[in-house]
Amino acid sequence: MRYITPLKNAQNKGAAGSGTEHHWSMIVSSVGLALIVPVFLVAFGRALGGDRAEVLSVFSNPFMAVLTALVIFFGLRHFASGAQTMIEDYSQGGTRQGLIIAVTILSYGLIAVGLFALARIAL
Amino acid sequence: MAETNEGRTTPAQRPLSPHLQIYRPQLTSITSILTRITGNALIVASLMIVWWLFAAATSDAYFAVADAVMTSWFGTLVLTLSLWAVWYHYLAGLRHLVWDSGRGLDLPTAEKMGWGCIIGSVVLTIITLLLV
Repeated sequence: MRYITPLKNAQNKGAAGSGTEHHWSMIVSSVGLALIVPVFLVAFGRALGGDRAEVLSVFSNPFMAVLTALVIFFGLRHFASGAQTMIEDYSQGGTRQGLIIAVTILSYGLIAVGLFALARIAL
Repeated sequence: MAETNEGRTTPAQRPLSPHLQIYRPQLTSITSILTRITGNALIVASLMIVWWLFAAATSDAYFAVADAVMTSWFGTLVLTLSLWAVWYHYLAGLRHLVWDSGRGLDLPTAEKMGWGCIIGSVVLTIITLLLV
């Protein structure tokens, strides 16, 4: 038996069931990304178009490897959370669940491939 | 309650929210929708960049394929549009952080920040293209 009242159980959770956690995670990841994305854009733009040896030397630099890993991880998690908000706005029930699962798998899959590639280049 | 449905056979005539087909576009709504579109569309560039990195980590032959796609006219077009998209989403995100703090929610300020997102994103895209 649970000694918690239904009101207490519902308070501060809202319709999402997790309160403001999702929104707060978007705020935190957006501030973090705002700090690193501009640097990545210029660094990536400069690396693009080079031959393979040049690209490998750019991304084996420790600063670039760490920066790119952070952009890939937090960028794609930020994407998945944002895409989930869109999915929840426009779809219902099983379609909604399926799309959220697909977006989550896509984001973690892409993160894994990106980090694997970086590890192979930088380590 | 001045009106109730009690004893009626038809529902009360209440105003409906505007339908998309007759909804007059405004700067605030367009800039808001663009935030969502740019954010979600960036998955295309993300896929391309991660694939390109993976190819670079794999072999000369694989990298040649990925590099050819990325530097083709189509790849350049997608990446350039994505560059604008990331800058637009960046500025619109900053605007949301301002709004989340409870500031700038009045219409004149919101519209000024909207123009700031549109003009600023184009300017930042050009600056980035000049730097790379």
